[in-house]
Amino acid sequence: MWSQLVTIWRVFVHLFDKKDTVQYPEQKPYLAPRYRGRIVLTRDPDGDERCVACNLCAVACPVDCIALQKTEDEDGRWRPAFFRINFSRCIMCGLCEEACPTYAIQLTPDVEMCEYERKNLVYEKEHLTIDGQGKYPGYSFYRKAGIAIKGKAKGEADQEKPPVDVRSLLP
Amino acid sequence: MVEMELLFKISVLVLTLLPTAALLVWLERRLLGFWQERYGPNRVGPFGILQSLADLIKILFKHDWIPPFADKPLFVLAPLIGALAVMMSFVVVPLSPGWMISDSHIGLLFFLAMTSLAVYAVLLAGWSSNNKYALLGGMRAAAQTICYEVFMGIALLGVVILAGSFRLSDIVEAQQEWWFVIPQFVGFAIFMIAGIAESHRLPFDLPEAETELTGGFHTEYSGIKFALFFLGEYLGIMLISMMTTTLFLGGWLGPWLPPLVWFLLKTFVLICFFILLRASLPRPRYDQLLAFGWKWMLPLALVNLLVTAALKLSGGT
Amino acid sequence: MIVQGLFYTAALVALLASLLVVTSKHAVHAILYLVVSLLALSLCFYLLGAPFAAALQIIVYAGAILVLFVFAVMLFNISQEDVRREDQWLDWKAWVGPTLLVLLLLAEWVLFIELAANPSGSEVVLVDARAVGARLFGPYLLAVEIASFLLLAGLVGGYHLAKKLPEESQ
Repeated sequence: MWSQLVTIWRVFVHLFDKKDTVQYPEQKPYLAPRYRGRIVLTRDPDGDERCVACNLCAVACPVDCIALQKTEDEDGRWRPAFFRINFSRCIMCGLCEEACPTYAIQLTPDVEMCEYERKNLVYEKEHLTIDGQGKYPGYSFYRKAGIAIKGKAKGEADQEKPPVDVRSLLP
Repeated sequence: MVEMELLFKISVLVLTLLPTAALLVWLERRLLGFWQERYGPNRVGPFGILQSLADLIKILFKHDWIPPFADKPLFVLAPLIGALAVMMSFVVVPLSPGWMISDSHIGLLFFLAMTSLAVYAVLLAGWSSNNKYALLGGMRAAAQTICYEVFMGIALLGVVILAGSFRLSDIVEAQQEWWFVIPQFVGFAIFMIAGIAESHRLPFDLPEAETELTGGFHTEYSGIKFALFFLGEYLGIMLISMMTTTLFLGGWLGPWLPPLVWFLLKTFVLICFFILLRASLPRPRYDQLLAFGWKWMLPLALVNLLVTAALKLSGGT
Repeated sequence: MIVQGLFYTAALVALLASLLVVTSKHAVHAILYLVVSLLALSLCFYLLGAPFAAALQIIVYAGAILVLFVFAVMLFNISQEDVRREDQWLDWKAWVGPTLLVLLLLAEWVLFIELAANPSGSEVVLVDARAVGARLFGPYLLAVEIASFLLLAGLVGGYHLAKKLPEESQ
């Protein structure tokens, strides 16, 4: 009986405590820069899309909300013909970001995605692509990777040696 | 023109009771929020005061569904009984010397009669829903109400002995010197506990126990019928608070302020206390509840009655 | 005049409800009609000048005892089949005999009331709680004591039935 009275008193005293509620629309909570929110597609330092349409993100996605189609430019670069994310299915897990080999997919702290129509939550490449480079400035896949494209043969990438001529006997 | 005055008073009472009950929902949610270090509903209108109105509009537009397996007439009747039985009890509550709808000489008995009828709402809702959870809720309500009704009446008899009347205004007038909470503290405590159990409020809300019975007796109810149950519950809190004020806390008596203000102030404090109980106490087990009622409260109420009667007789007149 | 009208309405309701208690096919509905009948009866008591008895009628009978009845019947799990069987039992051969006997009793009652009608019966005498108490513990003390013994016997019996047997508790 006494413990019940003490409980009642202690609960009553909570009336004068500071409230924990964050008054959301007026008072935004702090979201860390690496908070996993909405996906963006970034560009490399030259302003080209980083995405090479490798489909790894679509494979990694546990809810299968990413759909894309590869196409190839005349200079030999791969690009997505379309890149579509259905954010009504997306669970913001960030597995696509981890799977992405070119840092194209990056998660941003933007979480405020509300629509009255579900169709409006399907984002296309134009909606997703940003002009900047995101969290990894200066990185360009085609300049680092040893893949040959127009204007850059094999072995011409950064930190890459020319290819070994296996037919030669010289070391 | 007595009838006209009576009609006027009744309509004023009904027109204030219903919005007050709705406001009470908001008050409860706000206070519960404060006690849990939240704000509670604070968006609709100033301080969120129109939240209940918004809820009401929403609930009115909901599908008023009657399950095909239910006993239809009883299913419709049950919430009406619940709200009406409680509202009838307000007839005898003396708000102030000039504001009594019926100053009946059996006012207290009328109150007891109406609260004892209110249990039919829960019982019939539980049975007519034809649902196991609802039936369990109805069963619990029946056992609990019978148990707590018995010593609620016995606890009140102490007050009746001291005041010498069943008339509620006489009981208030008899408290000029001492509020009955002082000589009848045991009766006061028992009446409060029984009142909570009668109105199915939280420490004793086993008939609806969401965590065990998915809503208990009102599992199958939706829309306006559910709203009626809700209305009945909140009117019940108001009624118990008003009766406690009348019987134990001196009713409208008090210095400086007008009688009506005193009455409403005391009632308000009691309502807040009920909400505080909800915020702080966990729900007992069903058998614990009944054992507590029959084995502790009933003997305590009987001893209280006996001692009061003995003192009254030995004290002369 | 209004009081008389109210009284006869209440009496009619009580009669009809009592009739429906007997003819209802569903046990729960029958009990609910019994509740209505008791409520109407309590109104009759009130109008006859016995407010204390009226209040007790509601508190004790309608509010407590019949709640227990409903409580018990609720658990019987009455199905459509039971209702149909009840329907068969409500054969005219089953009820015509008791009805005749009851009508005979009613005739006797009416005759008795007519014969014993006292001239002052029309005015209402208020019987308050004090009077009821004085009567119960005065002239009717023996009846009260007998009733209390009966209840005590019921209580002891209930305790005995609910008690755990020693071998069960092990």
